[in-house]
Amino acid sequence: MNAIEMKGLTFSYGGTRVLNGVDLTVPQGSFAALTGDNGAGKSTLIRILLGELSLTGETGSFKLLGKDIRQFSDWKEVGYVPQNGMDTYKDFPASVEEIIQANLYSQIGLFRFAGKKEKEKVMEALCEVGMEPYRKRLIGKLSGGQQQRVLLARALVNRPRLLILDEPTTGVDEKNTEEFYRLIKNFNRDEQMTVFMVSHDRKRLAGLADTIFHLEDGVMKQITTQGEADCNGDL
Amino acid sequence: MEIFNYVFMQKAFVVGILLAMVIPCIGVVIVLKRLSMIGDALSHTSLAGVAFGLIMGINPVVGAVAACILAALGIEAIRRKLPRYSEMSIAIIMSAGIGLAGVLSGFVKNSANFNSFLFGSIVAISDMEMFLVIGVSLTVLLLFLLLYKELFYIALDERSARLAGVPVKIVNFIFTVLTAVTVSIAARTVGALIVSSMMVIPTACSMQFSKNYRQTVLYAIGFDVIFMIIGLFAAYYLGLKPGGTIVLVGVVFLLFIFIGKKLLGVKG
Repeated sequence: MNAIEMKGLTFSYGGTRVLNGVDLTVPQGSFAALTGDNGAGKSTLIRILLGELSLTGETGSFKLLGKDIRQFSDWKEVGYVPQNGMDTYKDFPASVEEIIQANLYSQIGLFRFAGKKEKEKVMEALCEVGMEPYRKRLIGKLSGGQQQRVLLARALVNRPRLLILDEPTTGVDEKNTEEFYRLIKNFNRDEQMTVFMVSHDRKRLAGLADTIFHLEDGVMKQITTQGEADCNGDL
Repeated sequence: MEIFNYVFMQKAFVVGILLAMVIPCIGVVIVLKRLSMIGDALSHTSLAGVAFGLIMGINPVVGAVAACILAALGIEAIRRKLPRYSEMSIAIIMSAGIGLAGVLSGFVKNSANFNSFLFGSIVAISDMEMFLVIGVSLTVLLLFLLLYKELFYIALDERSARLAGVPVKIVNFIFTVLTAVTVSIAARTVGALIVSSMMVIPTACSMQFSKNYRQTVLYAIGFDVIFMIIGLFAAYYLGLKPGGTIVLVGVVFLLFIFIGKKLLGVKG
């Protein structure tokens, strides 16, 4: 089964076409990456993947985890790691464990607070990304790399089948970026978790992703598989 | 103590402490959603409802609640249309509210009654108003507790909250109504021009010490109750206007916290 399957998908804002017949197939369990310049349509594609934009009036089809996007409702199967966590959470008075616990919402349910079971899941997710000593810390007091690992743990706590990452290492130093990518690759390999990551880091992607897509002016122009990028990371 | 021999002061303490517990619950979420000025916009718009109520001969508090709810829904609608410039929605509604209040106030015959809403009249509230505050406060507190984790996640990250299954639109709507009702009730007692300070200042004080969201809420409630008690005592013994005194106590606390942290070299 394909985790993501778009065929000839178009999308327009007002009269301006942003995606022009996009074909995108990401098989379950694979690691796919998306590159593209600013304004190429990457953010729009991510918003469509996360069900934020209505496709009414557009042509083409889009299936997420085997279901037509219009019927898809099981969003806890989709983990999401945003970019620029550091700006968003800089002064937010929340602890690391509160942030991860928040994502267990559908398991905790309405009008309930987290119990022992949910707290154990939070600890497990934190251990997986090596952040358990920081669970009581304020998110804003962590470095950019640590914050991104916390956001990864938040996405992983629900054990999603598809993990979507939107330029997750923007503003993160080399060492932490390396460590972050290693973690993602491990989850993809060990748990067969499908990964779809938007990134500008072509050099690293060449050694990580099974497939690299390139979006240019709303058109999916190049598809490169592992090993095909040259030594400079150019496609 | 002499102060508690007077029924009006007993009522003022009951109403004041209840409001001081409720207002920060709303205030923390508003501040974290980066909508600190929403209290100002709503309270100013509530004055238009007060004036309308006084002109039409209906209870001005009911008019204030209706105006506040409409204004809050207007802010939410504009915010959704202009998500990157959400503060603009507040400015638009606040301008409209002030304009409308200004025009309508010209038709109010008893201007003293209208003016009592500007700075509140916590020491002159009727039994009916006290019971209204008690009822509304308990309802808001209960709903805040029931929606505690939903409000936290939406304030943190609306997109991720939706993906996690939080009914964002419904919760935002309920919160908007709660904010409107709280502001209207508080406007009658502590004053329309003051209520937003009671939302923001305790939250600002709390954020100087808290290590997580739960502490932020609890400390903000604690601070607001302290401001209220000191403010009422000061107002009574020094013969000051209570609404303004309560807010000034909060501002002085916040200044002392900033200066204290600076002197002690505490970061953050």
